[in-house]
Amino acid sequence: MAIKKFITGNFYDEAVLFPAVKKVRRAGYKVHDVYTPFPIHGLDKELGMKDTDLHIAGFIYGITGTTTAISFITWALTLDWQINFGGKPFFSLPAWIPIMFELTVLFSAVGMVFTFCWLCQLAPFVKKDHFNPRSTDDTFVMAIECTDKTNEEEAIAFLKNAGAQDVQVQSRETGWWFGRYDRDTVRFGKKVAAV
Amino acid sequence: MSLNRYESQVRGPLVEGSKDYHQITEDICRPVEATPSKLWWVGFIISVGLLLFGVVSVTMEVIYGTGQWNLNKTIGWGWDITNFVWWVGIGHAGTLISAILLLFRQGWRTGVNRAAEAMTIFAVMCAGQFPIWHMGRVWNAFFVAPYPNTRGPLWVNFNSPLLWDVFAISTYFTVSLLFWYCGLLPDLATLRDRAKLKWRKLFYGVASFGWTGSTKHWQRHEALSLVLAGLSTPLVLSVHTIVSFDFATSVIPGWHTTIFPPYFVAGAVFSGFAMVQTLLLITRKVLGLEEYITIEHIDVMNKVIVLTGSIVGIAYLTELFIAWYSHVEYEWFAFRENRVNLSSPYGWSYYLMMGCNVLSPQIFWFKKMRRNLLVTFFMSILVNIGMWFERFVIIVTSIYRDYLPSSWSTYYTPTIWEIGFYMGTFGLFFTCYFLFSKFFPVIAIAEIKHILKRSGDNFKEKMDKDENETLEAFQHANAHH
Repeated sequence: MAIKKFITGNFYDEAVLFPAVKKVRRAGYKVHDVYTPFPIHGLDKELGMKDTDLHIAGFIYGITGTTTAISFITWALTLDWQINFGGKPFFSLPAWIPIMFELTVLFSAVGMVFTFCWLCQLAPFVKKDHFNPRSTDDTFVMAIECTDKTNEEEAIAFLKNAGAQDVQVQSRETGWWFGRYDRDTVRFGKKVAAV
Repeated sequence: MSLNRYESQVRGPLVEGSKDYHQITEDICRPVEATPSKLWWVGFIISVGLLLFGVVSVTMEVIYGTGQWNLNKTIGWGWDITNFVWWVGIGHAGTLISAILLLFRQGWRTGVNRAAEAMTIFAVMCAGQFPIWHMGRVWNAFFVAPYPNTRGPLWVNFNSPLLWDVFAISTYFTVSLLFWYCGLLPDLATLRDRAKLKWRKLFYGVASFGWTGSTKHWQRHEALSLVLAGLSTPLVLSVHTIVSFDFATSVIPGWHTTIFPPYFVAGAVFSGFAMVQTLLLITRKVLGLEEYITIEHIDVMNKVIVLTGSIVGIAYLTELFIAWYSHVEYEWFAFRENRVNLSSPYGWSYYLMMGCNVLSPQIFWFKKMRRNLLVTFFMSILVNIGMWFERFVIIVTSIYRDYLPSSWSTYYTPTIWEIGFYMGTFGLFFTCYFLFSKFFPVIAIAEIKHILKRSGDNFKEKMDKDENETLEAFQHANAHH
């Protein structure tokens, strides 16, 4: 497992964080991630992240649920074991709508939650490092990944200048299991050219 | 960067007492991290006692059969289904607050959604008990699942509202649980990162799934919450609609009514909000969270209560009117003789229902009453009693005199085991709620922080000041012209 270096800076106000993210990215630094105690709308765009496709997955799971319900009930009641319920046709679609709907919702919700956990690599007993334990309390933590070209001193000074406090250099092992930092799956939609 | 104004000036702050992010964490985590108070123990022990009473009652029923309940030839459904529908209804406010209000971007939901969602889950757990034990031979309960069996295979009846119920309730429970737990993840991570004791670190470490608060996680989390809310919204409407189908698709006078689905949903939201009020009034007091669950919150929920109470009232009157207007003599008889006639055996319950559900909530048209905690608490109990009687009226007054006068039943009163079972579900509900309030944050920490700069006391004040200054500057500039 390789060791990677990060420069982390703490921010205490999102009003400072936003321009800082912009500056740091403009300057060509690779922002590994920003850890925040609550969702900050627009930060993902600011970081150049693509929108998530989770809802598309949800839609696909939903249709799977509908299809499962209608095909199974049709098979069970019209082919496998026909029962005459009060003279109604074997294929009595309107009466199946409630169950079709419920299975649509069930498949979609369960599927989406599992997909969410899988995409974010969240599961019981997974323990991830996030540079500063206060990032789940009141601190917005920006982590810049150091590459071969990064001048640490310069990056620290730059981050401080952008409004970050307690800027530190931290190193972490790659991988994502037990106590390691998040795997690098952040896909950047548009590249920002280095100035 | 100037603070953007999202909210009207006339709205009161949703987070009182100049808070910052850290203070919010401290305040909400305090009850979780502190040793439970004596009051907590008293409540918890009473709840467990009730739960044990329920366990004994259910055991008696399993040993001796449903004969332990006072059901008879005509009244095949009594307290059990009344309680089932009532508990399912209680659950609805939680999903309404967390899902529908999320879609409508209502900031005030953040103070109450966590507790309300927990309430939903516990209420549905309680509700589920009743149809299961009502089966009598409960060890055959798995028959409701469509699985290849040795009886044919004889499939379950997918055309039956009772089976729709099975699917609706189990889906509702699963989705509510997922929604609630996904919302909990960030807050559990907060507790994990604050934990000093070893077992706490382990417990919250496992429970928080390794949440870090990465931007990508939040982005997906937001998308997930929104879609789950979008799914839960029709789901919550469908659940009580399907519960009402249990009655509406039958041919019993008093049940065979097309207004049932919307009327049941409104009633469910009505009773659910009443239960949220009952719980939150106690919670905010006992856990010292008055600054997060404010009078403003109580006020808006009371507005929902008066709205849904009035919808329910209109539904009652419509039902009555249609019974007469439709010229169905059996339907009209059920209403005239079994309900409206005060001197009939169950006439009292109809008027109790009308009084509690239709008349009493009208008090909330007055702002003073909406913001009065004592009145709200009293009303929340009254509404829940009223809504319980609504289900009782629908079920018992419709079936105790059926088409065949020779089988008209005698007066039905529950046995001690029926009451015990009902009390037991209260025990289950409150035991769960006490444990929840001890081990989980009762307020969504991350969501409160999210609205702080929009609705926090100090920030609102600052925004007002800024706005007034801008206005003055504008007026000053224009005065020269």
